[in-house]
Amino acid sequence: MKNVILRNIENPSSHRIEEYIKAGGYFAIEHALNEMTPRDIIDDIKKSGLRGRGGAGFLTGTKWQFASLDPKFPKYIVCNADEGEPGTFKDRVILERNPHQLIEGMVIAAYALQSVRGYIYVRAEYPQAEKILNEAIKEAYEKGFLGNDIMSKHFRFHLSVHRGAGAYICGEETALINSLEGRRGEPRIKPPFPVNAGAWAKPTIVNNVETFANIPYIIETSPKAYSFLGTKDSPGTKLFCVSGAVNNPGVYELAFGTPLREIIYDHCGGIRGGRALKGVIPGGLSTSILTPDKIDCPMDFASLAKHGSMLGSGAIIVLDDTMCIVKIYERAMRFFEHESCGKCTPCREGTGWMRTILGRIEDGMADMEDLATLEDVALNVAGKTFCPLGDGAAHVLLSAMKHYRGEFEYHVKYKKCEVTDPSHRWGHLSMGELD
Amino acid sequence: MDNTIGAAGGAATGVAATDMAAGDKSRRLKDKIKVLKKLYPHTRSVLLPALYAAQELYGWLGEDALEAVSRLTGVPSAEVKGVVTFYSLYKTRPMGRNVIYLCTNVACFIMGANTLEEFLEKTYGLSHGETTADGRFSLVIMECIGACDKAPAMLVNDDCHFNLTIDNIKAILDNYK
Repeated sequence: MKNVILRNIENPSSHRIEEYIKAGGYFAIEHALNEMTPRDIIDDIKKSGLRGRGGAGFLTGTKWQFASLDPKFPKYIVCNADEGEPGTFKDRVILERNPHQLIEGMVIAAYALQSVRGYIYVRAEYPQAEKILNEAIKEAYEKGFLGNDIMSKHFRFHLSVHRGAGAYICGEETALINSLEGRRGEPRIKPPFPVNAGAWAKPTIVNNVETFANIPYIIETSPKAYSFLGTKDSPGTKLFCVSGAVNNPGVYELAFGTPLREIIYDHCGGIRGGRALKGVIPGGLSTSILTPDKIDCPMDFASLAKHGSMLGSGAIIVLDDTMCIVKIYERAMRFFEHESCGKCTPCREGTGWMRTILGRIEDGMADMEDLATLEDVALNVAGKTFCPLGDGAAHVLLSAMKHYRGEFEYHVKYKKCEVTDPSHRWGHLSMGELD
Repeated sequence: MDNTIGAAGGAATGVAATDMAAGDKSRRLKDKIKVLKKLYPHTRSVLLPALYAAQELYGWLGEDALEAVSRLTGVPSAEVKGVVTFYSLYKTRPMGRNVIYLCTNVACFIMGANTLEEFLEKTYGLSHGETTADGRFSLVIMECIGACDKAPAMLVNDDCHFNLTIDNIKAILDNYK
């Protein structure tokens, strides 16, 4: 399989501009500026069928076209590197190991939209990535791939890093824009969409790191060569980041449509300790859990939707049979409660109540009525919020309760856990000397 | 154009910085904000990086630091407070010389992060948001820090540490004085 996004990854100096150029990098900019009009580029991206890698899977070419057709200037190019979806660590690899491919993708986007200013919004939790990225931007300025006269083509584009400050919600594009503007990172109501009124009320495209990293390949080969990879509905390759109970966790670049079973058992070497698979969270914590009977599902946008979940960010968290679903979702709900921005009441209040009830179930203090209440609260959060955070929190809980109903009921009935006893220590750690 | 500005701020607080006279700090902050302003079309947008710059100069974001940011950016002080409290990673209280950011989200949790949390409590008396009496460590319990393949993981200041166990975490922390 061809590496599109992680090309040159085996080179330990892949983050340096000389190495990137040696591997064919920055050729796409040259090609774009010399031989293509902005419109050609947008057409090619549309033809390639590239879909956004941040989670929603929106067609990148269409997004660019919307922004391009808006008569307002200046236009802004924003890279969403606020990789906060629990279980996701794919963008970190691009930022730290292949930052120039991201920069090249952004410069091409800027040319396509005739934008002169871009920002990379990096989460504060990635200090290393930020350092490497700043160094890469400096190198790109020195080589003339950024600045006032890029490749002597009278095209100017400036790029800088904007560091977040620890808020999951800023991965949502309108919240990210508020944060970029120096505000609390609360989502905005859509419409207007950022392509018409984004940063500073100007047309703005916000794309994920991985999305931008696909652009150079499409331009230097062809839309057809790109859509040859992957499936019809989801062309190209995807970075899957696998964590949890597998032997070889890590980031894998694979064609869209690779079955989940193949990822877990072939690429990741199967379940740790030869244990049984309990379930898989296929696209980050905010996507619904899949039971073991569904792991032949091809990993692409359409197939996962058909199986009642989402591709999300491609973050696969694998659970084995020693792990308690109630405890995991109690922890997950603590996350959603903490990260709810507080703007919409159903999410702000609902996540807190769901966490409280889950805690009660886990602690053996709940009765059957609590299960009904929990579902009721979840159903009153879903679909009643500005942004998908509340939806995600409600839906992942509802699907866990549906597929692992017996485990929830066991906790209520017997006031203890079916799979772990109270002295159980999670993971492979032992408290040993402490006890 | 100065492209290293994104790196303004950082975890290092430095005793020298906090010993600076108030007027000095304010002047240096003014200079930094002047550079930051060039990066954005509107002054308001410098607020997040300006808060990082203030944090570096003042050690943490107390009343005086927030007042200075408000004065130098023209953002009303109530709004500055609203912004600073929205985010998790600004230092809104004095912190220890080293800050441990321990991830306990699901991927780290299922690999034993809560055991490490108990370990830090027992060994250093640290729980979320607290600082040791000697000012050596503060602990911040984190949501996902994007190191799930090497879970459990933590940051200490700007350094990442992966595949933590009870056996190796103590040795790692011993390097931070």
